[in-house]
Amino acid sequence: MDLQQNYSTTTLRSAAKGGVMKVIDLDGRVDPTTDPRLEVALVTRIYREMVRARLIDERMNALQRQGRVGFHVGAYGEEASIIASAAALRPQDWLFSCYREIGAAFWRGFELQSYLDNMFGNANDIAEGRQMPDHITARRNHFAAVSSVIGTQIINAVGFSWAAKIRKEDVVTAVYFGDGATSAADFHSGMNFAGVFKTPTVFLLRNNGWAISIPASRQSACRRLVDKALGYGVPALCCDGNDALATYATVQRAVSSAAEGKGPMLVELQTYRLGAHTTSDDPTRYRNESEVERERKYDPIRRLRLYLENLEVWSQQEDEKLIEKIHAELQAAIARAENAPRPAVASIFEKVYRDQPAHLREQQAECERGPRAR
Amino acid sequence: MNMVKALNDALRVEMRRDERVVVLGEDVGKLGGVFRVTAGLLEEFGEDRVVDTPLSEAGIVGAAIGMALYGLRPVSELEFADFVYPAMDQLVNEAAKYRYRSGGEFGCPLVVRTPMGGGIKGGLYHSQSPESLLIHNAGLKVVCPSNPYDAKGLLIGAIRDPDPVLFFEPKRVYRANEMEVPEGDYMIPLSQAKVALAGTDITLVSWGAMVEESIAAAKEIHEQGLSVEVIDLRTLWPVDIQSVVQSVQKTGRLVIVHEAPKACGFGAEIVAQICERVFLHLEAPPKRVTGWDTPFPYALENEYLPLRHRIVPALIETARYS
Repeated sequence: MDLQQNYSTTTLRSAAKGGVMKVIDLDGRVDPTTDPRLEVALVTRIYREMVRARLIDERMNALQRQGRVGFHVGAYGEEASIIASAAALRPQDWLFSCYREIGAAFWRGFELQSYLDNMFGNANDIAEGRQMPDHITARRNHFAAVSSVIGTQIINAVGFSWAAKIRKEDVVTAVYFGDGATSAADFHSGMNFAGVFKTPTVFLLRNNGWAISIPASRQSACRRLVDKALGYGVPALCCDGNDALATYATVQRAVSSAAEGKGPMLVELQTYRLGAHTTSDDPTRYRNESEVERERKYDPIRRLRLYLENLEVWSQQEDEKLIEKIHAELQAAIARAENAPRPAVASIFEKVYRDQPAHLREQQAECERGPRAR
Repeated sequence: MNMVKALNDALRVEMRRDERVVVLGEDVGKLGGVFRVTAGLLEEFGEDRVVDTPLSEAGIVGAAIGMALYGLRPVSELEFADFVYPAMDQLVNEAAKYRYRSGGEFGCPLVVRTPMGGGIKGGLYHSQSPESLLIHNAGLKVVCPSNPYDAKGLLIGAIRDPDPVLFFEPKRVYRANEMEVPEGDYMIPLSQAKVALAGTDITLVSWGAMVEESIAAAKEIHEQGLSVEVIDLRTLWPVDIQSVVQSVQKTGRLVIVHEAPKACGFGAEIVAQICERVFLHLEAPPKRVTGWDTPFPYALENEYLPLRHRIVPALIETARYS
């Protein structure tokens, strides 16, 4: 069968390197046989967004510890798998994500202020404080509204991409999910439907090794999660998700293939969750610190910086300038979000349906004229 | 035209009018659906718009949600309402919350059609009436027609609605009777109940297949001098409670008939709302005639269903209460 051959060639290609496509080594040197030779301007932009994502993360963790925001989902150490993958999409393409890929929305132009408004759940928030922090919606940036439920967005993304195919519109839909989601029902329905209907979907499996306290080895008896694609007749690729160049090149291949009408592809981006699952998590209870230490040397930001420095297109001073700029931008956005008013009580009752039905009008009136929560 | 033909006609009208309307589900294409509601659509509209899917309710509904987000108007079919459960996560956590969680950036104009209720000897897994579960989870609309005319107009209304609609079709009624159904386009707006039979002494509220049983029971006791007003809710949620309120203000007595189990059935909500709104008008305790709080039995299904043999005594008891 065609699809299986395709699967074999794509995985065997890099089998010599353990089946995982890599470009940059730990010292920032490139493998000329796999180097996608991306433009320096593009790589620099990816680097800047990765640094920005990390600084935002650090700041949000601090704000949560200070009790100023309620919650944060970080992506510490996973920046390449998020930013470089989003960078490989075309402007007309769409993204469905879980709650850990806000960096991809930033890449697509989602404004920092909108993000902070969500983090503080204030009246300026697009969803008017209805959702937890890090659960954004960014239609203008072709980024679907985030749910907390694991894996449901996978089949939604398949339906979305299928609609584009039915309408004969040149749109590819990519969907992020984690290693834990490969055990959820909608990974199955999504992969299965995409395979049968050859939808232009790119499945971005960001394997960060951990689903809260459950290691990826407990999610499946498959030796590699990417092997699951075979069961759906979906071609698959695997790459080092901490290698921005490998990630970009691999995802771009999947996007091109989908755009050419060749159907879906699963891409496993192998990364590592250096941080906690969320600010509510304490990984020291289940994870050995020595494992984390070992993984630190694969830090995607460090590797990409060394790459740029080796090319002599990036310097320590530019790094410092960038960090300073991001801090200033953050400080202003945080101040504005923190000082914005709370959402009105009416927001509880609005946008359940497009037109507010009678029972919600009644309940809103009852709530508004009743006592306020202390 | 019977209800199956009326529903088929509604789909045809909408698919001709609006090319964004697509139909997907198990066996909806070549077979035309296990009850033939989608018969002939594949031939007229082609495989892009009438899609036979893999066997996965979560997949059908989850994909339809994605299509709706894109801007299509998917009408998905689940073969039996009993099989809605695998799709509940998608319905409750995605379809019902998409508009809310996106602050209105996205809407989810999706219809999920599914045959519900007993009366065809379907046993445990082809007879259930899960409407109250879908109502309880805020964000969905729930429709259940009782006759061919309403079925066509309401399905067209559901497809044009900007929000997700669960469209329950009473399979006992599918081919039970024929009535005059106009050709072409007409729409019945959601959330409007109908007085199926006017009366003055007791208000009987029902929906779906039990409307006809209720009317039959009302006619039966009319000979005993009791005048029953039968209200067919048609849309269960958001419910047109005002129609029930107005009727109870007139009659002072309320009986509710539904197939689903009694505990937390939608009848309980109607009783509660009537007690909250017009308690002092009530002259008798509201009464529910429903399925029992058991799974749906096969051999004794007519003992389970709230048919006229149980509706008539309930009406008499309520009428005589003083």
